[in-house]
Amino acid sequence: MDSISLIGMASVFTAGITIAIGAIGPALGEGRAVAQALSSLAQQPDEANRITRTLFVGLAMIESTAIYAFVVSMILLFANPFWDKVVQQAGG
Amino acid sequence: MSLKEISPDQLVYWQWGMITLNGTIVFTWGVILFMALGSFLITWRLSTDVKMSRWQNLLEVIVETMRREIREISSQDPGSYLYFIGTLFLFILVSNVLAIVPGFVPPTASLSTTAGLAVCVFVAVPIYGIKSRGLGGYLKQYVEPSPFMLPFNIMGELSRTLALAVRLFGNIMSGTKIVAILLAIVPLVFPVLMHALGLLTGVIQAYIFAVLAMVYIASATRAQEEREEKIQEKGEES
Repeated sequence: MDSISLIGMASVFTAGITIAIGAIGPALGEGRAVAQALSSLAQQPDEANRITRTLFVGLAMIESTAIYAFVVSMILLFANPFWDKVVQQAGG
Repeated sequence: MSLKEISPDQLVYWQWGMITLNGTIVFTWGVILFMALGSFLITWRLSTDVKMSRWQNLLEVIVETMRREIREISSQDPGSYLYFIGTLFLFILVSNVLAIVPGFVPPTASLSTTAGLAVCVFVAVPIYGIKSRGLGGYLKQYVEPSPFMLPFNIMGELSRTLALAVRLFGNIMSGTKIVAILLAIVPLVFPVLMHALGLLTGVIQAYIFAVLAMVYIASATRAQEEREEKIQEKGEES
């Protein structure tokens, strides 16, 4: 098996696995955060503003872990440095 | 943006030797010119009267809301924070929302733009911290609660800058990328929905970037004031 197909296979497979596993943790975390925020909103409707703002900031922080996984998988798919190098070698 | 490209960096308009004019630069200057011209046209004839133009009203609402948010988050007077945080917020907001213009790729979908913005925050935190607490007071917070925390505090400073940059880049890039992918698969109606979702994400990300920058700056400036308040309270009790 030549290195082009090997790198292609590994990149595609790893990209899928990266985003699949990387989405599990943040999904669970965001679910917990929203559930807590909803129950505290029900208990203290007066503090709705503050709770919502903190919730949004917190969600963005949690979500960023999933975004990192997404960025890595996008780099593997569309801007893979190893792939580019191998293609260049094969072409030149 | 086509399917192969993940950022407007790869969109080259003009090249001369080492100098390339790529999409990021063009769109960033577009946003800057748009905002500068817009605010110049609005503010060159301000009125203090009860009657004012609707555009002046819009700007006043935006500035007033930003001042209120900053005051609530930092529990300090907005003062000089407004210029920095407000500029960050408005730049990111305008460039994300302009994504509805066909052919426009938000400059925030490029890692170089977001890294630049994050470096601005990274530099602004010590500047504001030293300004409000003095050099010694600012450096002292690195060895609190104990000197063993010094490397972790420095690492935290660096990693949160990286997180700021990658978060904004990832969110905006994923928005444009998903639209591009969907255009290739289901070009009818569905991309519009994802585009609307992308606009929502863009607005939220602009807000979050500004809030996080404000929180970082506030944490560098606030500790001192809290301690003084505690000492004052103790003094009043005794």
